[in-house]
Amino acid sequence: MRLLSGEAPRGGALRALLILVFAALMLAPFLFPGAKALNVAEKICVMALLAASYDLLLGYAGIVSFAHVMFFGIGSYGVALALYGLGPGWGAMALGAAGGLAFATLLALAVGLFSLRVQAIFFAMVTLAVAYAFNVLASQLSNITGGEDGRSFQVPDALKPGFKLAEIGGFSINGRMLSYYLVFVFCVVLFLAVLRVVNSPFGRVLQAIRENPLRAEALGYRIVFHRTLATCLSAAGAAAAGALNAVWLRYVGPDTALSFSIQIDVLVIVVIGGMGSLYGALLGAALFVIAENYLQALIGALSKGAANLHLPVLPSLLHPDRWLLWLGVMFILAIYFAPTGIVGKLRKAED
Amino acid sequence: MSAIDVGAALPRAKIEILPALTPLIVAAIAAPFIGSWSTFATLTLAGLAMGMMIFTMASGLTLAFGMMDVLNFGHGAFISLGAYVATLVFLPLAAWAQADSLMLNFAVFGLALIAAVVVTGAFGFVFERVLIVPVYGQHLKQILVTLGGSIVVEQLLYALFGPEQIPISPPASFNGSFVFGEAAIEKYRVVAMGVGLAVFVAQIVVLNRTRIGLLIRAGVENREMVEALGYRIDRLFVGVFMAGSALAGLGGVLWALYRGQVHASMGGELLVLVFIVIIIGGLGSVGGCFTGAILVALIANYAGFLAPKLALVSNILAMVVVLLWRPRGLYPVSGR
Repeated sequence: MRLLSGEAPRGGALRALLILVFAALMLAPFLFPGAKALNVAEKICVMALLAASYDLLLGYAGIVSFAHVMFFGIGSYGVALALYGLGPGWGAMALGAAGGLAFATLLALAVGLFSLRVQAIFFAMVTLAVAYAFNVLASQLSNITGGEDGRSFQVPDALKPGFKLAEIGGFSINGRMLSYYLVFVFCVVLFLAVLRVVNSPFGRVLQAIRENPLRAEALGYRIVFHRTLATCLSAAGAAAAGALNAVWLRYVGPDTALSFSIQIDVLVIVVIGGMGSLYGALLGAALFVIAENYLQALIGALSKGAANLHLPVLPSLLHPDRWLLWLGVMFILAIYFAPTGIVGKLRKAED
Repeated sequence: MSAIDVGAALPRAKIEILPALTPLIVAAIAAPFIGSWSTFATLTLAGLAMGMMIFTMASGLTLAFGMMDVLNFGHGAFISLGAYVATLVFLPLAAWAQADSLMLNFAVFGLALIAAVVVTGAFGFVFERVLIVPVYGQHLKQILVTLGGSIVVEQLLYALFGPEQIPISPPASFNGSFVFGEAAIEKYRVVAMGVGLAVFVAQIVVLNRTRIGLLIRAGVENREMVEALGYRIDRLFVGVFMAGSALAGLGGVLWALYRGQVHASMGGELLVLVFIVIIIGGLGSVGGCFTGAILVALIANYAGFLAPKLALVSNILAMVVVLLWRPRGLYPVSGR
């Protein structure tokens, strides 16, 4: 596994897990037929890309951003509004994706230049405020964005569920499968691109700045330039993930594209997977999305059981709507006891 | 006895006037556009009341950051917690709140404030000891841990109080408005303004006239030096953090009564506003925080009247303009 970047996963268990996840995702339409399983696989791909681009900032540059989902949303809305306004077509899709990417990058440049030149902690606060304002704007400007209801739109014919290309050994190659592979291929390529970035000289300088900004500056590296470039690259990655997700869902709205809970999901994925390791983003995304889709039901069952036993408080604590509570607890515990995440634990076990 | 008069050796720090005047400048610019004098007065008074409430919530956060570099992303959860505690006081004592007696009305209001201050202050102590102590000096982890803490607290509030909004209204005698000519201000806003002003004055007095205040100010300027002189600044910091949490709870009560409802998401929304205010004011500066709060609230009120669509982003724009003018905020704290 020396794909492009030369960064090996290090550690047999880690390598085996990565190959397993990758193979499962690659063959998902054949291994797990069924709409829900394919949705889960798609979400893992998108979240892995989103978390990887976030890790570029959080893990490698050591900057906390709360606007990552805003860039994700910009990508989503870019594609969605282009397809909605210009009608279904590959040209409109490409135009929307390019527009979203460009806008996200420029906005990241503006926010970065504005807040990173003073101190990095400003960045966390400013991005929180900007993301909040953007959220409000997106739901208020309903004649453009569709407001709270969002926008449903048509995709090119080849990606529609009704489209049939061929039958191979009992599997029909339909539009859904083609959409999945569109998402999958783009996510793999972009993930490898991010991996290349963090292992480039630029990525090394980012880590140097994270470890000791003063020393890096004394060596002649411009801190603001590197941090801002990292912000822009990470925003572009998030926008691409958003565009892919919108094409898959054929819908865009504040809940699927801009909600702050997606931001928390991404944070949890990066921290649990392992900050400063992109392989962690992939493993974290797989684990998180599977847990979200299948563990929530388990918690709900526990809640019902507790209610039947007439225990106080416990049923409402275990209610599926309180999923975030347990995520928050896990998140805090992970930061204290496993700051290097799953990847760190696996590598340590090997050493 | 040394021959040098220590007090005289330290020249009084100059206070810049221009940043403090920004709210006045904004008011002067907005006045001609608004046109009518009575509307302008009403908007300005409403803005002042809102600014006082925001200042109450924000001041503790900025001091805590100034002293220990601790930026608490869980501050919003304390605001919500204070508001929920107020409902616990207001709902059983509804008879007092609706009684036609100024004294009973003030009693229930005062009880709610005291309860919120005590509960959020105690909670702040636990939060600081359990969550923040292990990550002193590590910005990244602090942000993440306090954010995690705020998620947990917010979800616990949902679990304990239910996900619905809880309606809550000010005591009977706070309803209605004072009318001056054609300008009007709701009575409750006057009360809120009074509480906010009292908090501001108390803070200024404590910070400038007491020994503890002296240590806190010294700690904001240079923590290591205060430690080197033998003071346990971490203990002092716990006190400041608790006071900040208590003030967040107090502000939460004021805000909940002002809005007429309590919801666990209110803390998150207000935290955004609080951050903008302390960035505008300069991280660590109480005076800057006060000016910033008034400035943001006035702009929000004027923009809400003149251009409602613009009002959504008016506070961000205000922050951008201020930071372009003074990159470290209105009153930058030296050494940061």
